[in-house]
Amino acid sequence: MLTLKHLSKSYVAGTPVLTDVNLDIDARGITAIIGASGTGKSTLIRCINLLVEPTAGEILFEGADLARLSGKALRRARRHIGMVFQEYNLVERLSVMENLLSGRLGYVSAWRAWRRKFPPDDIRRAYELLDVVGLTGFANQRADALSGGQRQRVGIARAVMQEPTLLLADEPTSSLDPKTSVEIMELLTEVGRSRGIPVLVNMHDVELARRFADRIIGMGDGRIVFDGPAAALDDATLTTIYGGKGWLH
Amino acid sequence: MSSPAVAALPADPFRRSPWPRVAMVALVIYVIYACAQLEVSWARVEIGLENAGRFFARLFPPNFSRWELLVKGLQESLQIAVLASTLGIVLALPIGLCAARNLMPSWATWPARFIIVSARSFHPVIVAILFVKAVGFGALAGILALTLASIGFIGKLFTEAIEEISDKEVEAIRATGASFASVLAFGVLPQVFSRFIGFATYQLDSNLRNSTMVGIVGAGGVGGTLFAAFQRFDYDYVCAILISIITLIMIGEVLATGVRAIFIGNATLSDVFRRGGAHRREMHLEDD
Repeated sequence: MLTLKHLSKSYVAGTPVLTDVNLDIDARGITAIIGASGTGKSTLIRCINLLVEPTAGEILFEGADLARLSGKALRRARRHIGMVFQEYNLVERLSVMENLLSGRLGYVSAWRAWRRKFPPDDIRRAYELLDVVGLTGFANQRADALSGGQRQRVGIARAVMQEPTLLLADEPTSSLDPKTSVEIMELLTEVGRSRGIPVLVNMHDVELARRFADRIIGMGDGRIVFDGPAAALDDATLTTIYGGKGWLH
Repeated sequence: MSSPAVAALPADPFRRSPWPRVAMVALVIYVIYACAQLEVSWARVEIGLENAGRFFARLFPPNFSRWELLVKGLQESLQIAVLASTLGIVLALPIGLCAARNLMPSWATWPARFIIVSARSFHPVIVAILFVKAVGFGALAGILALTLASIGFIGKLFTEAIEEISDKEVEAIRATGASFASVLAFGVLPQVFSRFIGFATYQLDSNLRNSTMVGIVGAGGVGGTLFAAFQRFDYDYVCAILISIITLIMIGEVLATGVRAIFIGNATLSDVFRRGGAHRREMHLEDD
């Protein structure tokens, strides 16, 4: 489904953020990427839908190498990759409904988008998704009136509106309190499982990753240093990923 | 790292520069020099005040006997202001968008920036003189001059507003596979719309004021009537014209606030009549 081959990225020539990342995502369920700050987790996620352009390597997704795409072909591919952001990245001044429907922008012509004329099917799905994420009745609230947890629910709903075949989440719980974090992860897991969408998620919180992920990828210094089931993540591997030992206990 | 280090601490915890003081002294010296050069003395001020006293005495009572001419001039000024604002805003939007460096490549921003800077280079009166020479006396010259001024003002502020938007919202919309036009509609415009309404109504306000003035150089509106009255020393009629202009500007202010109230929703019509209304208006212009 998604294969990364020899993916590298350096923002400044000579100082790579990602070095030769190889990764295969095929199974459904949650794959968590963990690692210390600054090890390129965010860059890796953003390279997949080309919000960040990789320096070298291939991103094979649905039979095409995204790294070679541009313009319309890239936008068509992006429609199938939903993304959830750390700071929600909702359009603050638009209503919840408009934010949800913005997930359809890849399918709807600009002319219709400007006039806010979305197909009835999209609107019906948006209302259904509001129920799914527990925001029934919030359709006409402005996004900036919502709490962090509610915003992230809108963020997830917007991504699902795209009818994606892959969901990316970049630290979706890092701006939230522990209780809300668990709720958001439960929602993300549920949405992925019920719709058969694999979810690739960056995480800070090792415990949260252990609890929700089926597979864990550990990154250190721009490389993949661990790749295995959550159960295989022991103290020795954590030391490899994060370095040091003192923080473990 | 205790007692020996303390002794080495600098006495002054701030970095101080002598330059602000040097600049202050230089400014004071220049002000004194300029006064001497222009022969601005207390005696000169006294002569001026005496003259001013006589002038202001002749302004009153205002003379509204030739009100038809006055109303005709005001109508023309109003038309110039509305047409120039509409045309200016319509043209400023695409130009301002093209000039935004965070959205557009440099081959688009440079020409757009050049247009905006050119439109801002001259005072509307100078532009009005140019257009009077080019297209002849009358309202057309005034409309063109104020349109150009509007392009400069709105274009510049619109560009700045776009350049200050949050990239995160744009990034999220791009990630959905939206086309550039759709990114504009959902990621960019919602972030700048209310500020834009603020600029536009402010520009209408400002065009209303300027439209009463371009007439002085023959570009239409009540300014021509005003200038003629000055030259004939009809100071009571001048006073009537000035009072009418103030009234027109106040009506414009009320309308502008109304427009903002409709679009933004955080200012109401009654704000104008409340204390601090003007202050709030400025705040909206800055913050929305």
